[in-house]
Amino acid sequence: MNPADSSQTPGPPHGLSPAPPLAPARACAASGRGLARPLALALLGALALLAVLGPWLSGHDPRVQQLDAVRALPSAAHWLGTDHLGRDQFTRLALALRLSLGLALATVAMAALAGSALGLAAAWRGGWPDRLATTLADAVQALPGLLLVLLVAAISPGDFGPLYAGLALALWVEFFRVVRLMGRGVLQGAPVEAARLLGFGPLAIVRRHLWPELAPVLLTLAAFGAAAAVLALATLGFVGVGLQPPTAELGLMLIELLPYWREAPWLLLPPVSALVLLTAGFMLLARRGHAP
Amino acid sequence: MTRWQRSLAQRLLQAGLVALLVGVFSFLIMRALPGDAAYRIAAARYGYDLVDGAAAAAVRAELGLDGHWLPALGRWLADLAQGRLGVSVVSGEPVWHELLHELLPSLGLAAATLALVALLGLPLGLACGLRPGGRLDRLSLALAVALRALPPFALGLVLILLFAVQLPVLPAAGHGDAASLLLPALTLALPLAATAARVVREAVAAVAASAYWAFGRGKGLPGAVLLWRHGLRNAALPVVAWLGVQAVLLVEGVVIVETLFARPGLGHAMVHAVFGRDVPMIQGTALLLGALFVGFNALVDAACLALDPRRRDEAAE
Repeated sequence: MNPADSSQTPGPPHGLSPAPPLAPARACAASGRGLARPLALALLGALALLAVLGPWLSGHDPRVQQLDAVRALPSAAHWLGTDHLGRDQFTRLALALRLSLGLALATVAMAALAGSALGLAAAWRGGWPDRLATTLADAVQALPGLLLVLLVAAISPGDFGPLYAGLALALWVEFFRVVRLMGRGVLQGAPVEAARLLGFGPLAIVRRHLWPELAPVLLTLAAFGAAAAVLALATLGFVGVGLQPPTAELGLMLIELLPYWREAPWLLLPPVSALVLLTAGFMLLARRGHAP
Repeated sequence: MTRWQRSLAQRLLQAGLVALLVGVFSFLIMRALPGDAAYRIAAARYGYDLVDGAAAAAVRAELGLDGHWLPALGRWLADLAQGRLGVSVVSGEPVWHELLHELLPSLGLAAATLALVALLGLPLGLACGLRPGGRLDRLSLALAVALRALPPFALGLVLILLFAVQLPVLPAAGHGDAASLLLPALTLALPLAATAARVVREAVAAVAASAYWAFGRGKGLPGAVLLWRHGLRNAALPVVAWLGVQAVLLVEGVVIVETLFARPGLGHAMVHAVFGRDVPMIQGTALLLGALFVGFNALVDAACLALDPRRRDEAAE
């Protein structure tokens, strides 16, 4: 690795609250090392393909137990073997991936939409909408993200809805702050003033002036947010306060199969590697090549 | 208002917001609980054998549980504002009592983690920063990336399997002695120390590339004196500010690591309160963890102001 480039603080935080170092916007337009982005897209694409097609390819029902073939080795019938209850591990892995990817994309989409809209409104209007939204963001950020998700998820444990709402609630702040800050800079700049004087409407200003500046930063934030959502879901599942069995979820699979780590290490490997690959994919996507 | 007071006021406001947020969500959890709240509260008060319809009705009338949710929320928050956190539904002990009991182990874990981060991260970062681009520098970068890519619970598992199962030298669970503290603290500290080393390296490298450093060297100051007079304080600033950002990880990590290693503490208590639907305890633990988070950040603010006179002068404007 080029040592001159190593000034990036490596990796986003583990928990929620992704706080990537904010580089100047223009630096992120070029995705730096060239290879990182295609690699990340290929990795995530392969995982998504596995998630969507996996259950159909394997032809197994993830709920069917074969109690005479518990913890079986990988075979032609069961590509990754069977778990401690005799369920097909490959199908369950694909479903868990589907859940993680789906949740990550859904929460990030929701957080990005709400955060950007509020940030834009705050930058555009200033005054009391700005102050209100900023106070709201401060309130949410005053609590560590995972605690917030845990609190919201505790409203109805094991349900998908509150988990989704809690994650989106923890993630929107980052989008809000960035859009508000950058938006204000752009809106006060000379190009926007010129566009206004020429009689262009708000829509044209957003499309021609704001969007090109914001898009690369939003993509980076979204990728960090997705990685954070994947990790949070797995962490809560692992601790036992997230989704409940028999749902196939990466963290849950890990904690369920952990007691058999010595007898059946091949069962533990797929969920771990899926988790690592998924987060690594999103982080690679988020990575920007800002030269120091 | 001086800069000190302003930063303190901001943090106090933040603490208030934490309390409000935790209070509202705890109230929502309370309302979402299945069953009749009046029966549950009566059972908590009088014991399960003594609850009947009349007792529940008395509780309902007394607390106004039939009414609209808005006044109920108001009462809930008013209780919270007066520090009345109620009684744990599971143990029957006052929540404050339980919290004080859980606070010390959590603080101990956090302190041990920070000590390990300082012990591991600072010397490594210093060594890397004084020789940027060297072999050690590149090695530590790779290590930092690898450690940060691993979720904390996975790192904890790896450490347990390595040091508690394969080479049984350290206990995987338990609490009381220093040995049982080591694995959980390491789980939290390793990724933080790796990143801390990078932040220290950046700070030291920036100082070492500065004009005043070159001037000091030109004066003929020996290395150690140069580092002491011109290096450390300047390099410490970004590192301390970074610690404030990492407080999130510390609090979140405490929750995960305490559960993983079955250690007593606030995080463990909170997760178990969620299992038991023990709303007063959920509220109390979340509140205290949030307050610790804000308090830690306030300390970091103060340290930054103490280290950097330039920031204090900004207050004049």
